[in-house]
Amino acid sequence: MLIKKPADIRPSEITSHTNYLNRRQFIRAGSIAGASALAGPAFAAVVPTGDRAELADVAESELSTSEAPNSYEDITTYNNYYEFGTGKEDPYRNAQDFEPRPWSITIDGHAEKTGTFDFDDFMKPFDLEERIYRMRCVEAWSMVIPWVGVSLADVVKHYQPTSKARYVAFETLHDPTRMPGQRRRVLKWPYQEGLTIAEATHPLTILAVGLYGEVLPNQNGAPIRLVVPWKYGFKGIKGIVRISFTEREPPVSWNIAAPHEYGFYANVNPEVDHPRWSQSSERRIGSGLFAPRIPTRMFNGYADQVAHLYDGLDLRKNY
Amino acid sequence: MNTLQKVRFVGKPIVFLLCLAPALIAVGDALNITGQLSANPVEDLLDRFGNWGIRLIVITLAVTPLRRITGWNWLARFRRMLGLFTFFYVLMHFLVWLLLDRALAVDPAFEWAMVWEDLTERPFITIGFVALLLLTALAATSTTAMRRRMGRAWNKLHYSAYAIGILGVWHYWWQVKKDTSDAWIYAVILAILLGLRIAWRWRQRNT
Repeated sequence: MLIKKPADIRPSEITSHTNYLNRRQFIRAGSIAGASALAGPAFAAVVPTGDRAELADVAESELSTSEAPNSYEDITTYNNYYEFGTGKEDPYRNAQDFEPRPWSITIDGHAEKTGTFDFDDFMKPFDLEERIYRMRCVEAWSMVIPWVGVSLADVVKHYQPTSKARYVAFETLHDPTRMPGQRRRVLKWPYQEGLTIAEATHPLTILAVGLYGEVLPNQNGAPIRLVVPWKYGFKGIKGIVRISFTEREPPVSWNIAAPHEYGFYANVNPEVDHPRWSQSSERRIGSGLFAPRIPTRMFNGYADQVAHLYDGLDLRKNY
Repeated sequence: MNTLQKVRFVGKPIVFLLCLAPALIAVGDALNITGQLSANPVEDLLDRFGNWGIRLIVITLAVTPLRRITGWNWLARFRRMLGLFTFFYVLMHFLVWLLLDRALAVDPAFEWAMVWEDLTERPFITIGFVALLLLTALAATSTTAMRRRMGRAWNKLHYSAYAIGILGVWHYWWQVKKDTSDAWIYAVILAILLGLRIAWRWRQRNT
């Protein structure tokens, strides 16, 4: 039997790893309990406040990838969130003091139910699920991220969009006092994103409120953000305060900023290069200094599930 | 010590160590001694070496205007070292891109094809590579013997330091996704340095 001497391991490592394993078991136990209850009542999604607070009643999902997730540190220290600065480590540095509460979300446009809802009330009708997804940034790097979230299809259904609702538009909080990156006009604020109603109601699309079984960190888009795993990461709008059902294609931030480089669809596509760089391969974060790039897959490897959404659409024109 | 000795025995060693420090810190960070690289270590190294390449070409081009303004003629003695360090950082930037970012692959043929495609079809990479080729020519002819042997042709060749500065900033500005503020700072400094030289030359010709 091989027993590691305690001296071989730094205390910080023990804590984080055991914590992680416990968490995994906790989540698994929760999902088994949930499954055995079968026809039992749906859990109300409760998102606690505070740093690294655990989320309860998180079910596992068949839609998760079996690939190993990136470390919590990688996911929370390296990302884009221009509301907190344009450097990749800026969100981590500048979002620490951000208060994602109180928070309200406005639902408007072509839907039966509209209005402004407190975040906790907004979450209540929905079930939390862990979704381990690949994330491919338009800058040609990628990660595997264990999100916790709710199905956007469930949310859309809840607000009963009318037949006029062909798109779903999203908006980030606009508050330069709390989001220092908005003091410079790098992008047109507030950040805007959008999906077709078919994309929004696809089973893979979620609104994420957690990471690694815990509350979503500020730098990753707390309290709530969009995750669309077959699209480039910038479609995953963070800090959402408005969801609108629209008849026309909504304007989206990166398309406004550079229309010839970023389109409305932004599907991951190794065959359609960014005008300035290749999209045929990507660097997997966490693979180390000497790891090779890996080939980028069509629709980020989710082609079987989503390719039919784009039948008859010229993906070269609709990038 | 006279000024020449001060430059040789104090000034040059200090400038040498200052110029080398970013590279030593980068290696130290890669080995987790002095700190650590970002979650994307290849990009981190690429950015560090590239940034120092840009900074050093701007510093090198600032030597002569600074000398003229201050009258400190000994500044000229640092120009070759600064130029060679520019070459060193740009070469490291290129090697990190070529070897760490591109060449190491499951299928090497695929990546070599990609290297060629990048060099020929990505304009910002093409201009960066042209800047490296020019820097290589300047570095190769930087010795005193070469300078003597080449005569006036040496001066003509080494005027391309300006072209390298412009290509470098252009390369930097072109690859930024959106926030070009840093690139603008370099562009403005470069414009001032070039503007000063043009103004001086114009005045010389008209007096």
